[in-house]
Amino acid sequence: MNARLVYLTLAVLLALWVLVPIFLIATLAFSDRASVFAWPKGILPQQFSLETISFFFGVEGVGKAIRNSFLVAGLTLVLAVLLGAPAGYALARYRFAGADAYRVLILMTRAFPLAILAIPLAVRFINLGLYDTALGVALVHTALALPFAVLVTSSLFLGIPKELEEAAWTLGCTRVQAFLKVVLPLALPGLAATAIFAFVISWNEVFAATLLTLRERTLPAFLLTALNDSPLPFRFAGGFFLIVPALVFIFVIRRYLFTLWGIANR
Amino acid sequence: MRSERYIPYVLILPSVLFLLFLFAWPLVEALLLSVRGGDGRWTLEHFQRMASDLYFKDAVRYTVLLTVVMVPLQVVLALCMAMLLGGINRGRDLFLYVWTIPLGISDLAAGIAWLAIFTERGYLNSFLQAVGVIQEPRLWLSYETPAMLFLAVVAAEVWRATAIVFVILVAGLQLIPKEYGEAAEVFGATPWRRFWRVTLPLLMPSLQVALILRTILALEVFAVVVALGGRNLPVLAGEAYFWYNAYQSPGVAAAYSVLILGISVVATLVYLRLMRPKQEAAA
Repeated sequence: MNARLVYLTLAVLLALWVLVPIFLIATLAFSDRASVFAWPKGILPQQFSLETISFFFGVEGVGKAIRNSFLVAGLTLVLAVLLGAPAGYALARYRFAGADAYRVLILMTRAFPLAILAIPLAVRFINLGLYDTALGVALVHTALALPFAVLVTSSLFLGIPKELEEAAWTLGCTRVQAFLKVVLPLALPGLAATAIFAFVISWNEVFAATLLTLRERTLPAFLLTALNDSPLPFRFAGGFFLIVPALVFIFVIRRYLFTLWGIANR
Repeated sequence: MRSERYIPYVLILPSVLFLLFLFAWPLVEALLLSVRGGDGRWTLEHFQRMASDLYFKDAVRYTVLLTVVMVPLQVVLALCMAMLLGGINRGRDLFLYVWTIPLGISDLAAGIAWLAIFTERGYLNSFLQAVGVIQEPRLWLSYETPAMLFLAVVAAEVWRATAIVFVILVAGLQLIPKEYGEAAEVFGATPWRRFWRVTLPLLMPSLQVALILRTILALEVFAVVVALGGRNLPVLAGEAYFWYNAYQSPGVAAAYSVLILGISVVATLVYLRLMRPKQEAAA
């Protein structure tokens, strides 16, 4: 009985360790300017105010950066699913020479530091007309999200019995019809999780986004380049706004987190 | 059925082409950028400029030191969390969700969240004042207080990135058949012994994945450091960024990125060698 209590206490402490910094930055984001600069600060918010948040949204360039972030993350999501899902399906359904080599290639890409991709691409994208465009950033983000997309979708399709598909073939469906009518509806929730995961990877990425843009900044890139000469309320509101989608997304995809890494281990 | 043998290749082809374009090609380009001068001739000038830079030694030192301090902390904490989860019945899903929240939080956002704590009029100073340690706000994140700045970066990174190790380890634990632990229990092994002799050895593949992944990511630590201390705590990825953006020198930036890759490869090989599965132990 006592052990249970100790476990629970430790678990609550760890949960607080995660939640307290989020709570503190949320508190700062929803208080007025005076409270942000107040000294000493109390743990609990002094008064609720939208001053800091509205100041943040009023800064020139923030609106555009948020739009760019959504655009880049949206493109990343589409590209990652369109490129990754077919490969995941191939890994799940077919035994073919080179499948293992392909798996190794996919895993290897995760071992590359981002700097080694972003710097030469920034140079090359200028020639290709992709520098400072949403598509250019989305391409790099897709490279980051693609390995995850392939591995998650492959575990997803493995979980859908092949017999269902074969039954559809015997009933006269073509391969494409069988996939669209039988497999796709079953795979849809998992595909949505994959898409959300790609979205979060892109939404959070800052290094490549900063190097590959100049005027068409994403939100993290905009925040990073403005950090050192911007007032604290701006930084806190921006930081909070970056965190919010994370809370929602992790909640939505929590069921898939473990299958994702379970399959990657094998 | 023979006509269908091409199908899987058609399905993986787009992703292979994409990865060649966005991984293989930039990798070669980065290597070339770092060893070729403006006139196209082979040169080591970029590496020489990198090595003679004022920030270089500190950047190498802090990056390696951060990795050596952060990664073991993250792995041990994640391991504790994963074992703790096994002892919780009620509220398991809730804890699982809360503990994995940082997985979705970016390094930049984590840096800003911890800035709120460590900044001059932040929560740490407020707390210290409340308990009577200090009277006036103290500066923690300046170049004069590297130890405290280092600590702030470690705190922010452990806070943010322990979740990914936790998820990998929990996924690994799920793959271990329950019978092994039960068998050990039948033969009288204490929980402590079961952990060291059964769970931990079987968890080795997951630990290896987690260690390699976290080490590579720790070696390119960037936004957390910039958000907390600007360039007061130089790190390798940060220097690559400054050389590219502020100094407009892709060659030196590429040299830094090649250095990061080199250290990452060496670290990965060391892990693979040290954590080789023991054949004789399995028999």
